[in-house]
Order: sequence, then C-alpha cells, then structure tokens
Amino acid sequence: MKRITGLLVAMLLLAGAGIVLADNPLSINGAGASFPYPMYSKWFDEYHKKNGNIQINYQSIGSGGGIKQVTEGTVDFGASDGPMNDDQLKAFQDKHGFGILHFPTVLGADVPAYNIPGVSAELTFTSDAIAGIFLGKITKWNDPAIAGANAGVKLPANDIVVVHRSDGSGTSYIWTDYLSKVSDDWKNKVGKGTSVNWPVGLGGKGNEGVTGLIKQTPNSFGYVELIYAIQNSMPYGKVKNSSGTTVKADLASVTAAAAGAAKDMPADFRVSITNAPGKNAYPISSFTWLLIPEKFSDASKRDAIKGFVSWMLTDGQNDTEALSYAKLPKEVVAMEKQALAKVQ
Amino acid sequence: MASTTTTVHGAGPFAGSRSFISRLREGDEIVRLITFLFAASVVLVTILLVYELWIGSALPRHKFGFHFFVTSVWDPIFDRFGALPFIYGTLVTAGVALFLAVPLGIGAAIFLAELAPATVSDTLEFFIDLLAAVPSVIYGLLGVFIVIPMMREYIQPALKKSLGFLPLFQGPAYGVGFLTAGIVLAIMVIPYIISVSREVLLSVPRDQREAALGLGSTRWESTWKVVVPFARTGIMGSIFLALARALGETMAVTMVVGNTPTISASLFAPGYSIAAVIANEFTEATGDLYLQSLIELGLVLFLLTFILNGLARLLIVATSQRGSEIQT
Amino acid sequence: MTARLRWRKFVSGFMLTMTGICAIVAVAVLFFILGYLVYHGGTSISWNFFTKLPAPVGESGGGMANAIVGSAKLLLLAALIGVPIGFLGAIYLAEFSGSTVAFVVRYAADLLNGVPSIVIGIFAYSLAVLPFKHFSTLAGGLALGVMMIPITLRSTEEFLRAVPRALREGAMALGASKSKTIATVIVPAAYRGILTAILLAFARVAGETAPLLFTAFGSRFWSPGWNQPTASLPVMIFTYAIAPYEDWHRQAWAAGLVLLGLILVINILARAILSRGIAVPRS
Repeated sequence: MKRITGLLVAMLLLAGAGIVLADNPLSINGAGASFPYPMYSKWFDEYHKKNGNIQINYQSIGSGGGIKQVTEGTVDFGASDGPMNDDQLKAFQDKHGFGILHFPTVLGADVPAYNIPGVSAELTFTSDAIAGIFLGKITKWNDPAIAGANAGVKLPANDIVVVHRSDGSGTSYIWTDYLSKVSDDWKNKVGKGTSVNWPVGLGGKGNEGVTGLIKQTPNSFGYVELIYAIQNSMPYGKVKNSSGTTVKADLASVTAAAAGAAKDMPADFRVSITNAPGKNAYPISSFTWLLIPEKFSDASKRDAIKGFVSWMLTDGQNDTEALSYAKLPKEVVAMEKQALAKVQ
Repeated sequence: MASTTTTVHGAGPFAGSRSFISRLREGDEIVRLITFLFAASVVLVTILLVYELWIGSALPRHKFGFHFFVTSVWDPIFDRFGALPFIYGTLVTAGVALFLAVPLGIGAAIFLAELAPATVSDTLEFFIDLLAAVPSVIYGLLGVFIVIPMMREYIQPALKKSLGFLPLFQGPAYGVGFLTAGIVLAIMVIPYIISVSREVLLSVPRDQREAALGLGSTRWESTWKVVVPFARTGIMGSIFLALARALGETMAVTMVVGNTPTISASLFAPGYSIAAVIANEFTEATGDLYLQSLIELGLVLFLLTFILNGLARLLIVATSQRGSEIQT
Repeated sequence: MTARLRWRKFVSGFMLTMTGICAIVAVAVLFFILGYLVYHGGTSISWNFFTKLPAPVGESGGGMANAIVGSAKLLLLAALIGVPIGFLGAIYLAEFSGSTVAFVVRYAADLLNGVPSIVIGIFAYSLAVLPFKHFSTLAGGLALGVMMIPITLRSTEEFLRAVPRALREGAMALGASKSKTIATVIVPAAYRGILTAILLAFARVAGETAPLLFTAFGSRFWSPGWNQPTASLPVMIFTYAIAPYEDWHRQAWAAGLVLLGLILVINILARAILSRGIAVPRS
C-alpha cells in the first residue's frame, strides 16, 4: 500500500516538474482546410525554426472544421477555402461580440484527378463532362461527353468511380462553386457548399483521404488540390475554361484566374475566382484564407499571429511556388498589410 | 456517547471498550465516507453522461421528432438530417460480422471446451484473449492495406461471378463497403464469442455429457444435442455482447466502410455507420442543428448498446444459474 | 457396426475436426496480424521514428516522438483518474456497502463499460473542451480515464471479494479496525489481482483512438503542459494510414507495431502476475 502511494506521489511530482521545468513555448492552435495544408505545414515549420519560442500547431480537419472550431473558440485561428458566408459571420459575431477577418494566403487549384488502368495520357474535361459525372448522369469512361474531348485516347468501357470528400471541405466548396456556375442542373439539385448531398461517389477524409482513395481504386475520378496530385504522381486532367481554351492547372493559369479579382478585391477579401474570365485562366482556382478573429484577449498570441501573417505576406510568399501554389497578387498583399492593423 | 474513560491503544478488544470502539468507528467512518464518495462518483459520471447526451440533442429531437429515425437524407446545407442510413449501415455491418463470427466462434468454443486437453485449451484461449486486446485502429490499418485490396482484387469479383444473381453481391467492386467493414468487424468480435461461450460450455455440469454418452451418443451428438442446448442462453449472451461491440466500433469501420450515407441492397456498396459519421463530422459540424443531430446519433447508439448489454448479461447470468458459477 | 452408426461416427469426427479448424483459424488471425505488423513495422522503425517530430507534409524523415510522449501523458492522466476511483470505489463495494448501493454502482459501472468510445468522446468534449474553449491533453486524459473506471472497479472488486474470509476474521479477531484490516490484510492479499486489473485497463485505453479525436485533437509539435492539444500514437496511425504519402504509411506501420507491442506486453505481463496466484499477506 505504502509502495503504491509512494509510486503515485513520485509520478505526480515528475509530472509537475515536467510542467514547471518544460521550456514553455507560446503555443498557438489553428485548424481547418486541407487544401493548403502542405503549404501551411511548411510555413509553420519554417516560422518555428526562425522563432523558436513560437509554435503554431495546425490540424488539417477540413474547412468546415476550421470555421466551426474558430467560432467555438477552441482554436485561435481557422483556415478555409470556402469563405464564411453571412450566416456564419453573424454567428461568430453573436457568439464573441466582435467579428472575424479573412486573410488570403495563397492561390491554389482543384484538379480533376483520375486513375484509369491503361490510360496514362493527359485527359481533357469539359465542364459538362465534369458536371455529368458528378451528377451520376455520365457513368462510363468511354461516354461520348468525355471521349469527344479526348480524340486519340482509348478510354475503356469501365464504370467511373466518383470520389468526393466525406468531411466539410473548402476544396469541395471550390469544386461545387465551379459546378454551380457551369451547370444549372447542379445548381438546382445540389448547390454549393463545404458539405453537400453528393449524388454519387465514395467519400474520402481530407484531400489526403481522397488522394489515397483515387490512388488505390481503379477507374476512379475525383478532385484534389494540385499539390496532392503532384506529390503523389497522380495523373490529372486539363479543363476547358469559359473562353474555350483547354487549360492545365499550374502557376501561370492560376495566377491568371486571380488577375481580375486582384483589381476588384472587396475589403473583406471574400471573393470567388472560379470560372474566371480570361483566355488562360484555370477555371477551378481559388484563394484560401486564414480566419483570424478581430480581437484577442491574449496579447502575446495576437502579436505572434500578426507577426506570422506579416512574415507570410513577405518572406513566406517565396516558398509557395515550390509547392505549386501561386503567390498572392501584389495588390492583395498591400491590402492585407493594411487590414492586419484591424486585429487587436 | 460520552467518552469518559482513558484511551487505551492496542489492548484487547474488551478493555476500555467504549472510547476505543468509538475511536475505531470514527476512523472507519472516514474511510467509509471517502470510498463511498468515489463509488458514488461512478454513478455520477454515468448520470452526467446520459444527461449531456440528452440535452445535447435537444434541437433535433424537438425539430424532427420521430422523423429523425425514418429520414434517409443527411444534408448539412439544407439542414435536413435523418438517421436512417447510419442506423442501416450500423445494423448491416454488424449483421455481416455476426454472420461470419458466430459459426466460427461457437465452433472454436466447442473445440476448446469439449475436445482440447486443458493445456491446449488454456494456451489457445490465452492467444484469443490477446486478439481481443488489439486496438481498433490497428484493425483499421490492416483493413486499409490488406483487406481492401484483397476484397477489390479477389473476393468481390469472385463473389460477383458465383453469387452475382443475388442483389447482395451486385454493383462495382470498390474494395470499401458494407462487406469489408463486416469482415473486419467479424475478426474483432470473434474473441468475445469464443471466450464467453467457452466459459459457459465449461460450466455445463459433467453429468449432462456423461448421461448422453452413457446412452450411446457420439461425442459430437452429446456436444451438439445436449451440452450446447444447455448452454444456449449463455451463448446467446455472448452473441449479444459481440453485437454490442460491433455496433460501437468506430475506427476500424471508418477506415473501410466508404463513408457514404447510402442505403443499398448490395453489400459491395459504400456505406456509413453511426460511430463512423460522428468520428468524421463532429469537429466540423457547423451550426447547432448539425452538431446536435450528431449527438442524437450518439444517443441512439448509446441506447442500442445499453439494451444489448443488459440483455447479454441477463442471459449469461441465467445460464450460470443452471450450471455452476461463472464470472462475466 | 451398422451403417447408421458408422455415419454418426463419421459426422462426429468431421464436425469435431471442423471445430478444431475454427479454433486454429481464430488463433491464426492473431499471428497473421502480428506477423504483418512485425514485417511492415519492423522495417520502418528507425531512430528517426522515436526521436524526430513530424516533418512538413510531403517531406520524409519525420518521426513520432511527440506522439509517443503525448500518449504517455494521456495514459498517465487516465490512470490518475481511473485508478483511484476504480480502486477506492471497489473497496467501498467489497467492504462497506449494502446490497442496493452495490447494485446501483455496479449497474452504473457496467453501463459505462458498454458505452461506445466515440460517445465517451462526445461526453468529454462537452465537459472538458467546450467550457474551456480548448482542446487539451486534460480532456483526452479525462475521456480515457472515464473508460478505465469501470474496468478497474469491477475487477478490483472481484479480487477483493476473493480474499478468504479466514484472513478477514483473523484480523478482526486480533482487534484491527475495518480500515486497518483493509489496508494491511485484504489489499495486500489481493495485490496481484488488483495490479492485473489496472494493467489490463491500461492496455485497453492505450489503443483507443475515437475519444481522442475531439479532445486531445492533435499536434505536429511537442505539447507543453497539460492544456494544449497533443499528438498521440493511435490518432497518428489513423491520420497517416488514410493519407496518400508512402512515408506516412511506413510510419503508420511502425507506430502500429510499437502500440500493439506495448499492449500485448502489458497483457502478457498482467496474466503472468495473476497466474502466480493470490499472494499470502506479508506480516
């Protein structure tokens, strides 16, 4: 009995010592989109290396999760590729008594990735084809809607396995936002959002899960952020944009999509650049945002976050292209630097 | 009671009795009180849990009422939530699991209880208990990397070819789906069926067996027609226990079930279970109705497992009252 | 021998062989799991795995050092909650209580035991995350601790009850008070069993993932103190297994091997302690 109590006391003392003696870095917690996760994890790692006493812990749980958790207040900041809608902004305001700000970080793209046994060519997809597949109307790979845009490629008569997100996702928001713009059928039946009632398909968790599913499932077709397709050597297709050009997602085409928005950026930075006009614009591009509350009760956290955002807008932007995310347009960076002053 | 006499420590039980006893009682009272508080806290925690589940699901209970259980739409955008696909998925995966695990489990239990010599029986039981200790996420890991490819490449096509006329085995072979989840669950619940059934079979009085053998039955006949029926209720109890475990399994199912809230006749279709949808969507449920609908799902699961566990215990105890004392 | 008898004998032999096959299949699954984990995990375990923090997404060379420490902290907390409540509650049930209170407490414990772990997660979220606006190691430890309570309670009670009456009566005859009897005679006598119960409860919660998903959350860094989210082995296995990166898959296997190895070792240890028999109380 004595031995057990002695053991317990020793453990408690050790634990206490652990708390007291541990070098206590400032720990900031964020959560949200998986779309920019490869970029953020690199940034936060770099930033920690430069500022050893600041630790920014980011969990990729999907944009829906980011919005939810930052509204609940369980994380210090959120991240989402689907901007918060007015209801969500109001909910935040009502709960906290102050608002929440959007800060764009990078530009990225949703690409249509596929895994068709025997087909290694780069396919082209029209907006009708994509909408048809995701609505469940086009079910086979050799359907004329797909084959028509891919003359010369032998597509098998296999059933298409659609893969979408099972969690609340900004990547889904971007995809469904695009589909809502190019297909009235989609707009009326399904709509746009982070979590929709998908007509067909398997659900994967996070961009990571969808990539994993596509890689492992023959005849699959899904949408992931560009870097996930590249990092995992997955084939992804070109998309025909509103000007009729067939565009592949890359730095140039994504930047082109943002060109118009850069000039007309609203003050709150909430803007959609899917189906953007422009000859070389990639139609399924998007900004992605950090969701930062207007007020912080903890001054050191506020300063750390503001410090990070400033770094991100200057040095951080140099890291984006290596991971195939496009830099923010100069005009947007300037606007953000000013907006940062609003965080108190 | 006034204590007037001197306090005498360690003397015999009757010396200086009054004060000694009252002192004794005081010390005991404190220990009794402390241990009572800890025991009571168990009850408190349980009540608190049920309470949190109940008030946490108030919104959808008032808004949807009974319709929650018969709606199959799960639409966070239009705020329409129905539990049917998840209840369906939970029951189907558990059903497949039991379909596979019960014959195997009872068979193994019969072997261990009736045939195997004591050392072999104990050793094998030891290993089977270790199987029960393997965490869910490790089954999930194996499910993702071994079972899914195996299902997709070999098992599902084979089933399609041979039994494809049944609606159960139609549809594309994704690898994930109800059948895969059922198979992984089967492996997880077999140890429960085996260990409880084995104990119950061992507790059947010897004279039952001996009477049957004395009347000229073969080993198998005495086992199947006399011993097993005697232990019938206990074996049922083990099945209920296994079912309760299968219903509540989260990680292994999430990783192999396909995460799609559909109701389909085909076992090859991707599906969802209550535990899996809570695990996937809880941290991102924006809006109170969404979150509370998930909590209501948790309440449903809780009630299901509560009823099953209660029944299981009753059945196992009932068997023990017919035979000898067994521990659950 | 009639034909019918021959048939019956054949059926008997056949069915009993089938049951033997069932038993072998069941055990074979365990060895298959172990074998696979050792093969895939063993080749992925490296010094990096134990000492490095996770690397940025897509880069290789990271490890799970923070998850290992995180799991250790979570289990420590769980034990601090689960063991005292289970142990002291069991003493009450075995030594002091009347039958109605005992029934209620046991019923509550059995109910708690049967609650699916994801529901315990919901409970811990509403109790320890929402009010404090914080995912934390504390919340995760609470969830795991609540899961430990019924296991320790019921098993400890069984072992306390199993102590022979003769020992109790002997102590009372010598004039020891109830509390002294418990402390110096009964608990030491049941010591082995109680230790086993604690170890088994420990092994059970060590592998739990679901309740940690929305309590301890996760972290790519060291988690300072007890108030911050923390990585843990089971959650890392889950996250890495469903992701597409090969490097992460390898780490998931390694983590699976470490976790399963730990749990199996604890189980075997617990059974070994128990099989040595109930210890005679030392004077």
